[in-house]
Amino acid sequence: MSFIAYLINGISLGSVYAIIALGYTMVYGIAKMLNFAHGDVIMIGCYVVFTTMSGLQFNPLLSVLISVVVCTVLGITIEKVAYKPLRKASPLAVLITAIGVSYLLQNAALLVFGADTKSFSSIITLPALKLADGKLVISSVAVVTVVTCLIIMTGLMLFIKKTKAGRAMLAVSEDKDAAQLMGINVNGTISLTFAIGSGLAAIAGVLLCSAYPTLTPYIGSMPGIKAFTAAVFGGIGSVPGAFIGGILLGIIEVLGRAYISSQLSDAIVFAVLIIVLLVKPTGILGKPIHEKV
Amino acid sequence: MKKLFGTKNMKKTTKDSFITYAMVILVFLIVQIMVGTGSMSSLLQGLLVPLCIYSIAAIGLNLCVGYLGELSLGHAGFMCVGAFSSAFFTKYMMDTGMNEILRFIIALIIGTLTAAFFGFLIGIPVLRLRGDYLAIVTLAFGEIIKNVMNVLYIVKDKDGLHFSMSDAASLNMAEEGTFLINGPKGIIGTPHQSTFTIGVILILVSLFVVYNLVNSRSGRAIMAIRDNRIAAESVGIPITKFKLMAFTLSAAIAGMGGVLYAHNLSTLTALPANFGYNMSIMLLVFVVLGGMGSFRGSIIAAVLLTMLPEVLRGLSDYRMLIYAVVLIAMMLFNWAPKAIEWRQRHSLKDMFTKKTKGVQ
Repeated sequence: MSFIAYLINGISLGSVYAIIALGYTMVYGIAKMLNFAHGDVIMIGCYVVFTTMSGLQFNPLLSVLISVVVCTVLGITIEKVAYKPLRKASPLAVLITAIGVSYLLQNAALLVFGADTKSFSSIITLPALKLADGKLVISSVAVVTVVTCLIIMTGLMLFIKKTKAGRAMLAVSEDKDAAQLMGINVNGTISLTFAIGSGLAAIAGVLLCSAYPTLTPYIGSMPGIKAFTAAVFGGIGSVPGAFIGGILLGIIEVLGRAYISSQLSDAIVFAVLIIVLLVKPTGILGKPIHEKV
Repeated sequence: MKKLFGTKNMKKTTKDSFITYAMVILVFLIVQIMVGTGSMSSLLQGLLVPLCIYSIAAIGLNLCVGYLGELSLGHAGFMCVGAFSSAFFTKYMMDTGMNEILRFIIALIIGTLTAAFFGFLIGIPVLRLRGDYLAIVTLAFGEIIKNVMNVLYIVKDKDGLHFSMSDAASLNMAEEGTFLINGPKGIIGTPHQSTFTIGVILILVSLFVVYNLVNSRSGRAIMAIRDNRIAAESVGIPITKFKLMAFTLSAAIAGMGGVLYAHNLSTLTALPANFGYNMSIMLLVFVVLGGMGSFRGSIIAAVLLTMLPEVLRGLSDYRMLIYAVVLIAMMLFNWAPKAIEWRQRHSLKDMFTKKTKGVQ
């Protein structure tokens, strides 16, 4: 029974990674850059929910909504101010700028909210699910997380396949210049991608903090890096890939923590990343990129 | 004789390196005089060795970022490897009555070589990747190192060394045994052997090595790979060999900084604060602010950015925030196509020589 419990924990954690990984994979597919600050957008989202809910006594759903709006605006602002001027610069310059933004968000949060750990009260207050005569208890957070993840995945796939804006995103990720010639607003599409990714980051942040209820300015960076690992694992640029990669990585992390060593669980996740990149750099569902001179 | 030593006939690159050596030596002399006359506060004196540590690590990272053109976020990991391996050796040899200076030199060599070995080991797979992937894998490597160091227990007693990766109790150590590495508590009781003089000597050594590398045939090959990998490959430059060479050397220099770090503190722990990802970022800030590819710049940036918040106490809360803003502003100013265009139009040189604008 404990194995199944670990597995469910892993899937729940993996669902959070999958939602975060969506932000990475979409931005990487379209802007061809690693948005290092994505993890810190999650952290800002958590602080917004914390402040509005514990400080201002807002309804949990309302504070999640506010958090999504704040993160969306933040994502678009970051893109406009820091990344857009560098769109034609070398990838190294863009990456260093992204690291700078991540650092900025962390330290701004440190100044505004302080370095002390805040305890986040879960927004999900449903009773836990008991199966098999109470031998298997599934927390409500896990259920809500997995369901949210599935809804987001389905919604996003439908959005990309069925709507005009979604197809524009596909076109821009395929060939930016050709897309522009076809009359697609490339800048607008990139902004939209950042907006969706950051909005999802806020939801992921709430789910993450509900499962692990501590809040510091640094909570975003580790899940961010792990979610990027998940995105790479599933094949960067692919939405279903992010889902598969996220779930697998969550399971690996939880099982590794349970059966190998609790202190080495991060090391295990990163070892997975290194192995994946060496054996199959394109990931599970990724397409190989051919390099032109 | 005059011709031989005249600066006019010197190659530009040689002159550049000599200016840097002279700068370091001059600063060293000034500091020595200030310490001798007692006009330096104890706060600043305590900063002297850390300044050397950061300068050395920044030189190492600059070789990787500025010349190899690959972003490494794992240099704190290499420092960690250098620090722990050298401190381990020093601790192990402490009760054997070995000459202290000899012990430090061997510890230095061990730390540097271990970091180089890890750089080589990581480099083989990692350098096949490019850009963002390389950055994230080096970051992952740094985190793995930190993680492993925190669960490593090594004890020395009359039966020899005991080794464990779970907890101290499973070591079966004899009663009089001593901890060499005590898991999250790290290595305790390393002697203070890092001095400012040693730090400056190590800065000069690492400068000598990197300048000689980048001004050599190999250095030009490395830069060719950075500028255009495919073109470099097509003229027959062995990409992997030169990339590995630069990366290994870069890791070794960072490891050297780590040795200095380990022997400056009595307690060495692998906490996120000393060897975490933030340390790698801080080194990156030094490199970017000093100018990618300029070793002199890295040293100046490391010294200024470490000293300023200490001197202006009120700023210390905002230090990291200022670093971040400076990093973003520098990148936008230096790399954004529009900023480059603007700088070309408003170049100071043109203003003084009154050149016609628009003519390149």
